[in-house]
Amino acid sequence: MLDRHNRLLAALDLLTTLLMAGAAGVVFFFTPVEATMGAVQKVFYFHVAANWAGMLGFIVAAVCAGGYLRTGSSAWDIAESAAVEIGLVFTAIGIVSGSIWAYSAWGTFWTWDPRLTTAAIMVLLYAAYFLLRQGIENPERRARFAAVYAIIGIISVPATFLSIRMFRTIHPVLVAGEETLGLTPAMQAAFFFSLAAFSFLFASLFWHRIRLGRLAEAVEIQQSQV
Amino acid sequence: MTFIKDTLTIAAKDLSAEWRGREMLPAGVIFALLIILVFSFALETQVALRPDAAAGVFWAALTFMGVLSFNRSLAAEREAAGMDGLLLAPVSRTAIYLGKLLASLALLLVGAAVLLPIYAALYNLNIFKPGFALTLLLGLLGFTAPGTLLAAMSNQARTRDLLLPLLLLPVTMPVLIGAVEASRIFLAGGAWNEAAPWLTLLACSDVIFMAAGLLIVDQVLEE
Repeated sequence: MLDRHNRLLAALDLLTTLLMAGAAGVVFFFTPVEATMGAVQKVFYFHVAANWAGMLGFIVAAVCAGGYLRTGSSAWDIAESAAVEIGLVFTAIGIVSGSIWAYSAWGTFWTWDPRLTTAAIMVLLYAAYFLLRQGIENPERRARFAAVYAIIGIISVPATFLSIRMFRTIHPVLVAGEETLGLTPAMQAAFFFSLAAFSFLFASLFWHRIRLGRLAEAVEIQQSQV
Repeated sequence: MTFIKDTLTIAAKDLSAEWRGREMLPAGVIFALLIILVFSFALETQVALRPDAAAGVFWAALTFMGVLSFNRSLAAEREAAGMDGLLLAPVSRTAIYLGKLLASLALLLVGAAVLLPIYAALYNLNIFKPGFALTLLLGLLGFTAPGTLLAAMSNQARTRDLLLPLLLLPVTMPVLIGAVEASRIFLAGGAWNEAAPWLTLLACSDVIFMAAGLLIVDQVLEE
């Protein structure tokens, strides 16, 4: 049973690797160089995809949190902390890659724009999530409190975004009715390819991290029996 | 009906404990004053006399006073094993949560009432505006609702006092932003319709955080 799962996971890893290499290839050799921003615009394909994967992680975590509070099964808890961890890494990648682009496009690494500020607050919020986990020894209580915090977090993030958006924003808006970023068809194709590649990367990492969590739990149980 | 009575009894218990011990409020008010002082030196706001910076300083002070008071409210229960008693008592956990929330809110409002005249004198502001009072009430409620819930959690962790601000501050960011913006508008003499979006934001955040607290509190309070 475990063998079959491992083979599936290996296949997913291979597919993800190919897709990521393909995305890099497409972005570097296939997409046109943007007229005003130049080569630095290519960061965009990875920046948006990384933020997408980050957001996906936090949403998946909230779903798992709901599952935990409903069933009390530790499998949900393992998946939840795995999703938060991966989401945190991707959001950090999104912030760093965005800063690189912003320095060239806006002339500054950072502005207090809604998206940037929300991303920064999200990183702090989910870093606190791990501090909360760390501070509680009883595994059942740790899982319960972490689930509660993951749910409160996902409630608060959109509200934070909205409230900062009520100030003015200079961040480019990608999906806003008629107005797009002026993406050519080749750019759009590369963008969606990159988005798909990052989704696979997320799934693959998620699976690995859940597997790791289960193994760690098994070790903990065996240790307590010795 | 008994639910409301239970809630009020618990709130009254917390307030009378505070009245007899006078532990939180003096410390909280002095701490808030110190924060206002620190900011006025760090930002030199008294030179510029800008009401927009003044509103931010005031809410920063209230925020830290709030963190202090939520921690205290739950830590006091832990020290004397009061929480065990509360959980054994035939009241719902929702009533415990609401009672604690009401007591904390009342304490913060009293603290704010003590702070305000001093603050008005320091920044040369007219604070007697109904819009500002409403902002104060909505903002503190939006801060207290998640604060009480998260303090109940952080107090059961190893890193108690350290953990609460880390958990609470990122979550209450929308409340803080709305409260600062609405206060800024009212203190600068702005009209109601100018502040309306921020008041709406505050009211929505209050409802969401209260609802989340009431739904989740059973998972957090346990023997």
